[in-house]
Amino acid sequence: MGCVKSSQMNDRSGQTDNSNADLRSPFIYREDEALEKKFDGRQVRRLMSYLRLHPRLIVFSLVATTLGILVTLAAPYLVGKAINVAVGDKHPNTLLEYCAVLIVLYALNFFATRFRIYYTNLLGQSVIQHIREQLFHHVQFLSLKFFDERPAGSVLVRIMNDVNSMQDLFTNGVINTITNLFTLVGIIIIMLVLNWKLAILCMIVVPFMFLLSTRLTIQIRRSWQLVRLRLSRMNAHLAESIQGMRVTEAYARQAENEEFFRGVNGEYRRVFLGAQRRSIMFGPLVDLTGAIGSAVLFGYGVVELRAGLVTVGLLVAFANYLGNFWTPIAQLGQVYNQLLVAMASSERIFQYLDTAQTVADSDQAIAPETIEGRVEFRNVTFAYDSGRPALDDVSFSVTPGQTVALVGHTGAGKSTVINLLSRFYDVTDGAVLVDGQDIRSFTVESLRSRIGVVLQDTFIFTGSILDNIRFSRPGATDEEVRAAARAVHADTFIEALPQGYHTEVRERGSSLSMGQRQLLSFARALLADPRILVLDEATASIDTQTEELIQRGLARLLAGRTAFVVAHRLSTIRHADQILVFAQGKIVERGNHDSLLAARGVYRELVDAQYRMMREDSGVAVGLES
Amino acid sequence: MPESIRKLYPYYKDHRSFLLWGLFCLIFANALSLAYPYLLDLIVNRVIVAHEYGELPWLLAAMLGAAVAKGAFNFGQGYLAQKFGSNTAFGLRNAIYHKLNWLPFSYYDETHTGDLMSRLTLDLDAFRMFLAFGINNLVGLGLIVVFGIAYMYSMNAILATVILILMPFLAVIAIRFDTKLRPIYRTIRENLSTLNSGVQENVMGVRTVKSFAQENREIGKFNGNNGLYFTSNMEAAVLWKKFFPYIELVGNVGVVLVLGVGGYLVMTHATSLGNLVAFLSIVWFMIWPMSQLGYFLNNMTQASAAAKRLDEVLSAPQAIANTSQSEAPAARGRVSFCNVSAGFGGRAVLTNIDLDVEAGQTVALLGLTGSGKSSLVQLIPRFYDPLSGQVLLDGVDVREWSLDRLRREVAVVFQEPFLFSTTIFANIAYGKPDATVAEVERAAALADAAEFIERLPEGYSTLVGERGLGLSGGQKQRLALARAILMNPSVLILDDATSAVDMETEFRIQRALDEHLRGCTTFVIAHRISTLKRADFIVVLADGRIVARGSHDELLSQPGLYRDIFRKQFADAAQGDEFARSLWASSGGDRGWGA
Ligand SMILES: Nc1ncnc2c1ncn2[C@@H]1O[C@H](COP(=O)(O)OP(=O)(O)OP(=O)(O)O)[C@@H](O)[C@H]1O
Ligand SMILES: Nc1ncnc2c1ncn2[C@@H]1O[C@H](COP(=O)(O)OP(=O)(O)OP(=O)(O)O)[C@@H](O)[C@H]1O
Ligand SMILES: [Mg+2]
Repeated sequence: MGCVKSSQMNDRSGQTDNSNADLRSPFIYREDEALEKKFDGRQVRRLMSYLRLHPRLIVFSLVATTLGILVTLAAPYLVGKAINVAVGDKHPNTLLEYCAVLIVLYALNFFATRFRIYYTNLLGQSVIQHIREQLFHHVQFLSLKFFDERPAGSVLVRIMNDVNSMQDLFTNGVINTITNLFTLVGIIIIMLVLNWKLAILCMIVVPFMFLLSTRLTIQIRRSWQLVRLRLSRMNAHLAESIQGMRVTEAYARQAENEEFFRGVNGEYRRVFLGAQRRSIMFGPLVDLTGAIGSAVLFGYGVVELRAGLVTVGLLVAFANYLGNFWTPIAQLGQVYNQLLVAMASSERIFQYLDTAQTVADSDQAIAPETIEGRVEFRNVTFAYDSGRPALDDVSFSVTPGQTVALVGHTGAGKSTVINLLSRFYDVTDGAVLVDGQDIRSFTVESLRSRIGVVLQDTFIFTGSILDNIRFSRPGATDEEVRAAARAVHADTFIEALPQGYHTEVRERGSSLSMGQRQLLSFARALLADPRILVLDEATASIDTQTEELIQRGLARLLAGRTAFVVAHRLSTIRHADQILVFAQGKIVERGNHDSLLAARGVYRELVDAQYRMMREDSGVAVGLES
Repeated sequence: MPESIRKLYPYYKDHRSFLLWGLFCLIFANALSLAYPYLLDLIVNRVIVAHEYGELPWLLAAMLGAAVAKGAFNFGQGYLAQKFGSNTAFGLRNAIYHKLNWLPFSYYDETHTGDLMSRLTLDLDAFRMFLAFGINNLVGLGLIVVFGIAYMYSMNAILATVILILMPFLAVIAIRFDTKLRPIYRTIRENLSTLNSGVQENVMGVRTVKSFAQENREIGKFNGNNGLYFTSNMEAAVLWKKFFPYIELVGNVGVVLVLGVGGYLVMTHATSLGNLVAFLSIVWFMIWPMSQLGYFLNNMTQASAAAKRLDEVLSAPQAIANTSQSEAPAARGRVSFCNVSAGFGGRAVLTNIDLDVEAGQTVALLGLTGSGKSSLVQLIPRFYDPLSGQVLLDGVDVREWSLDRLRREVAVVFQEPFLFSTTIFANIAYGKPDATVAEVERAAALADAAEFIERLPEGYSTLVGERGLGLSGGQKQRLALARAILMNPSVLILDDATSAVDMETEFRIQRALDEHLRGCTTFVIAHRISTLKRADFIVVLADGRIVARGSHDELLSQPGLYRDIFRKQFADAAQGDEFARSLWASSGGDRGWGA
């Protein structure tokens, strides 16, 4: 992991100040890790293990494909025979018979093709669907750290593009390989039976071809890996820049971004064409070895012929089989290429599948029916990146039903407390306890479903308002959803919308005002009916009027529930039972509003700031400290 | 070629020569593939049967030579076509990216990131594949058929006509297949896009999903979409199953007909046996490529569905035209709204707004959630255009400003800070990439961000994750603020820009801004009275109308939203604080509410 220092040089395209190269890079994406593993049989076996899930489909596909091949092989033979026997000897009836047999065969083939198309596609699509489902399922349960480390775009690429790029392999590749292998073995046996010396001679070039292609193979594999990396990078940028397009346009930053994109895009084109160049080389290589094989056969065969060791007929027959010998090899080569492409993707997929959750349920984890809501932080230390602690030896305890306010300067660690309480991350040191038990002894799901969080970064999903509120408790009735909306006074604005609760909102709720989005996510948290409610600046963008209405309503709703409130607005926090003042990851003061004001410490400073602003501007000279 | 593919002609026109040279190679490669059977024939007949052993080395050399030449042409054919595809894809991607960079905000209100991503990656690739080998395949097939039939005519006109008669059947099947496949491909592409959007949204909202432990439901939703995609793909497969066997059958029927009719002709001495055998070998030669027609068509239909989706982005209306008059010197910053009404999709959001802000003035906006504050300020940099009325900067309608200029004059700090994955430095310098280090440091200092940045181990080179990951809410806001300050704008818009910043920090920021951005017209939207109060005048919005305006003192002296909110914010603070009490008294309030 890490960001790509080397390729940044290319990306900066046209920067002036070289001494500050990194500083000024327009965009930096953590590079997906390049995999340096060798081509590995286990990997292939793992890939193929997905086929085991559909034995029936494989058998059907094979039967249908084999039938088709038999017809394709039999038809020319029959036609040849018809010409010799019927046409040559002028037997019109025999000719008709042959035609009838051919028609029957082709009818058979017609159905075989139908089956083949259907079953090979069913097989391929089922495997792809399965892999994608498994991958998404796994990724969905990965811990936040995983998502912190990679841009959304690159996760998207793996679930979508990487899985898609294996489609060819599973739809046609595998079945073709099996049938081609059978054909090949058949032909080899026939040739060995006809004349083992000549047969071995024909095949003598095959190992050379393999040797020759090994080096090419390594290169092909590398270059497809590189293609996936570059694609992932380009998509990470695309996803990000589309989301940030409003900022880009607002700051008239288009020209620079287009230049950056042209760089990434061009780099992708370069590696893609490089990979193609190597892959395309494969076909001619097989052709050429085939030609060499023929040359060897005839060169030696003619010598043998002159020595009277082989007959003319045998040599002619060999010449014909030789063509049949190289066709499956060439096709196997194609599948091999497909496999190499698929390998580059499957490695990336397996890598995700092999990533373990960092926050995982322990074996003895319990899922309590209900919790009381007692919360305790016991000497909690936590660092997102080692060496930079965000919380340092934090201890506090909250009795059920209490409201705790977390205050402090930005970046003091308030949201971090909440992240730890929800077990988005595990503490580095110390313990977080709920109802006197370490939260690591609960299942993650049971813990989180008892805690209703309004995150600082609200997220609204595409869908109706109703569904958005219902997100936290899919089983809630419409009436419950409405009640939750009413509790946060979101109902007024919702009902004013054209379709009320059924109004569709777009990604991230871009058609709603910020405050409206916060109200929705507030309602969502309430609907979850949590024992512990966490409000991380949940009302920062909501006007005081509405906020006060909410507070009054909440007082009733929250009776008996524990609440954590992070806020900067005084009116939001002053009623808290306990106020914890954070500074640089430590609790520096605690108490309630009055006691903290009296203590004239950090909290007092924060509160005074509000009045100081009023005072300085209005010029009223009332000394506070005096 | 389908309409939608032709529509993208401008994007592949410049790379045509790769296609042409590729096709050129294709012809030679195909011609050379006839050389091998020909040489084999010679070897058997002349060397083995006729014992002309002296010719063998030459023939073998010719065979190797032909293989090398064929390999070279095949490589050229494949690679040049890939180059054609990749170059076009490169250009198209750039063009779409460019387009996206200029599409109006309203476009993004309606569009999913995931959908755009799906167009830019999956659809674009489907289209590229058609260029990179689909065309070659079709042309190759066409060549084989045309030359094959011409060759057949040279051998035997009657038999050739028999084959020719079959061609219309093929055409009918192909056309029916294509028409039926078209809507299915449209669905497949749409389902793929839905799947893609779902995953994209899920990954972006992963915190929310996890905080409510809703992973299983998201998985269910995903499986639904994945299943739909599967089903639509299988629908296509069912259609292939229905049509491909017929295409193959036509060729096979051709064999039987040639055998029957040819046999009859031989028996009636209308033609020779040798002629029939030779004729049949041509039929064999054509039959396999012809059975591939279905796949090739399939490729084209898929590409045309994809091309249509690309074209939709490329031809999206750029509602806000970029007029580029008024290259005046730096704006002074007088902003006026003349009877402005605005709305989204028929819903009025602002009605009859009249507002005059002198250059250098600070105006504060207050209003309930959803009252239209953000909508109002977003008209100034033309994120949206009003339905009626005019917004003027320096007395000139903003629609007459060059968009680029206008947006450099007006800096907006969005309500939701957005940071990009790059260094803190580059994030601040986003609107002014060539800013000096000193300039960036000054902007950071004014936004009160310098201190926390310098405390970071890597300072300004610290990498920020996607959407500002790794920073606290207030830190993000301050970086966004610094970014706007660096622009040195004549109009600065702070849309709730310090909501996540504590009051002490906010106080410092305000003082810094007051000192250093004196001449800059400033719009402040906030919910804290303490933030609003310093403005030259305050505008109160309700339901998209201006319901009150005046200075802090004026508004306090009259009943209304401003006074209500003031009382709420300073209510019980008045208990312990003399100054607050004095303010309180001056607003004539009582303390009869609250806990
Ligand atoms: N995901 C993360 N990875 C690394 N560092 C982080 C991450 N999230 C936060 N930090 C850092 O941890 C520290 C504490 O951040 P936190 O979000 O808890 O602050 P906060 O008190 O909530 O601030 P604010 O009031 O601005 O929201 C900050 O210095 C921040 O930069
Ligand atoms: N892009 C949009 N498309 C459709 N409707 C929108 C859009 N943006 C805002 N609205 C609607 O317009 C109204 C005004 O929104 P606006 O964002 O201006 O409110 P605001 O006063 O800034 O509120 P807040 O204080 O919550 O930020 C709201 O009812 C909102 O739902
Ligand atoms: Mg707003």
